[in-house]
Amino acid sequence: MLGRANPMLPMICGIERVKRETHDTFTFELTPPCDYSFAPGQFNMLYVFGVGEVAISVSGDPSKKEALVHTIRAVGSVTKAICKLKGGGSVGVRGAFGSDWQIDKAVGKDVVLVAGGIGLAPLRPVIYHILANRAEFGRVSVLYGTRTTGDLVFRREIEQWRGRFDLDFEVTVDTASADWRGDVGFVTTLIRKASFDPLETVAMLCGPEIMMRFSIAELKKLGLTSEQIFVSMERNMKCAVGFCGHCQFGPAFVCRDGPVFRLDHLEPLFGKHEI
Amino acid sequence: MPDILESKNLQQLIEVLSADGYRVVAPTVRDNAIIYDEIATVADLPKGWTDKQDGGNYRLEKRKDDAFFGYNVGPHSWKKFLHPPVTRLFRAKLEGNGFQVVPEVEETPDFAFFGVRSCELHAIAIHDRVLIDEQFVDPVYQARREKIFTVAVNCGQAGGTCFCVSMNTGPKASFGYDIVLTEVLDGERHYFTVETGSEKGAEVMSKIPLRKAEAEESETAEKIVAETVLQMGRYLDTTGIRDLLIRNYDHPRWDEVASRCLTCANCTMVCPTCFCSTVEDVTDLKGHAAERWRKWDSCFTLDFSYIHGGNVRSSAKSRYRQWMTHKLSAWIDQFETSGCVGCGRCITWCPTGIDITEEVRAIRETEVSD
Repeated sequence: MLGRANPMLPMICGIERVKRETHDTFTFELTPPCDYSFAPGQFNMLYVFGVGEVAISVSGDPSKKEALVHTIRAVGSVTKAICKLKGGGSVGVRGAFGSDWQIDKAVGKDVVLVAGGIGLAPLRPVIYHILANRAEFGRVSVLYGTRTTGDLVFRREIEQWRGRFDLDFEVTVDTASADWRGDVGFVTTLIRKASFDPLETVAMLCGPEIMMRFSIAELKKLGLTSEQIFVSMERNMKCAVGFCGHCQFGPAFVCRDGPVFRLDHLEPLFGKHEI
Repeated sequence: MPDILESKNLQQLIEVLSADGYRVVAPTVRDNAIIYDEIATVADLPKGWTDKQDGGNYRLEKRKDDAFFGYNVGPHSWKKFLHPPVTRLFRAKLEGNGFQVVPEVEETPDFAFFGVRSCELHAIAIHDRVLIDEQFVDPVYQARREKIFTVAVNCGQAGGTCFCVSMNTGPKASFGYDIVLTEVLDGERHYFTVETGSEKGAEVMSKIPLRKAEAEESETAEKIVAETVLQMGRYLDTTGIRDLLIRNYDHPRWDEVASRCLTCANCTMVCPTCFCSTVEDVTDLKGHAAERWRKWDSCFTLDFSYIHGGNVRSSAKSRYRQWMTHKLSAWIDQFETSGCVGCGRCITWCPTGIDITEEVRAIRETEVSD
């Protein structure tokens, strides 16, 4: 968090570059505020002039201080407004907020990242960190599923990652067009094919709750415990600092205690209806 | 031994506070209810009035005496002054390709809260915990909170929906005041015992006409508060309540209460500890100037839990469960205190008279153990 007296006041950040990822998803490179830093998994509140604020995870490289990167899917009024902004414009930024993926707990272990849709964005900083410190980790698998081939983000980068011998990057789509030669099916189907030692593995999950629920069931069948599984939660957020009450999940404030939780800290409520 | 302030001199306390620059806010009668607002003289206090309260029911009645504080809490709480219902967070204006943020420069009012009950002192302490003592500080709340002068009043009677004894929050003020009064009406005599809780309080007291209390006067005041303890309109058994509600997430009572709950949010608006808020963005017609406002919000609204794809808590059942479980259970995990101070407002102001103490009892008594 920035050292500011009023946690509700945004800093203004210029938009350096906008990259179109898919028909509705864009990656924004912002000039970061002074002394800005974040840990993989943390998020910012992005403010669009006159429209509102939205919580978005940082999708960039934590070691690169010169750019603050967000990947945003236009689904609500604020995200739609952000996605209309162009290089040279600006947004308000508050952050970084929340918990991170605690990558240090995965050192010396196999790592499985399971991402659904835009859920790959909050996990991308983990991939950057692991690849920059590759020797510290065991086998590393990234399992990525989207609805259609048209929803795949970071395509060029994924192609590069898939060319590496020290990273197993698997992609599947729910429904494929005729020219797709890759896997078809839910991301859970990739979990079985991945190679990792269930006793010495840390799994990090980000995507729709239903996708995380089925992934957890699959990982547990293979022997992982809740203490080995980290999930990133999404809830309505207005303040990001524990004042507005909107993001509560049982006793947790997702903004402050999350968004990343070790699964056993969310149980027994995780997966229950209307929490 | 406390001091004695004769009731005819109560006006002088208000005058001293006004002269010290405070805006004196106190109970006053408006629209057939006792609410909190700025007062000028003792004549603005609800002298000779009392309130009859029950589930979904609030009526003012004339008392047979001239008590200044012969009633319990109404629909307002002090949170409306410390955590205002509507606050502008900032203004922004377009500039070239971008925009500038203009922070709010608010002249924070100096409030003297006049007639704060013990349960309300506890409620303020809970807000301190939520809005000041955690990782982040709400500057709006903090600026106002630091400046208040608190005149507490020990309750001389309990209301029909009061249960502060169950929550261990009253009826006698034990902390958080500058001055505390106990009102005594004894035959022809009408006076207040006065005790100080701070240097600020002692300074104010030095400016008003007081005398030392006789032992008998002090005992009479103690007796009045002790009798209040026995008059509680409601009772809530808090034994193991945190775990009780967690393990009864699927209890059929939630469906039953949802059939009576209108999700109107009244309970959250009158609750002195409910702190939830939302934000609203507005622009001028040309779209050159924007403002961002914070407003009280309620977990009973459908939008409260909206994320793309739908509302997390779409049923009335889940919203009532969220409110009550947060208040009595999750709050303990979050802030190491219950979120309920037993003031009874949520019971009185519920249009269908849903009673939090009855809901806890129903769950406790019909719990199906695994």
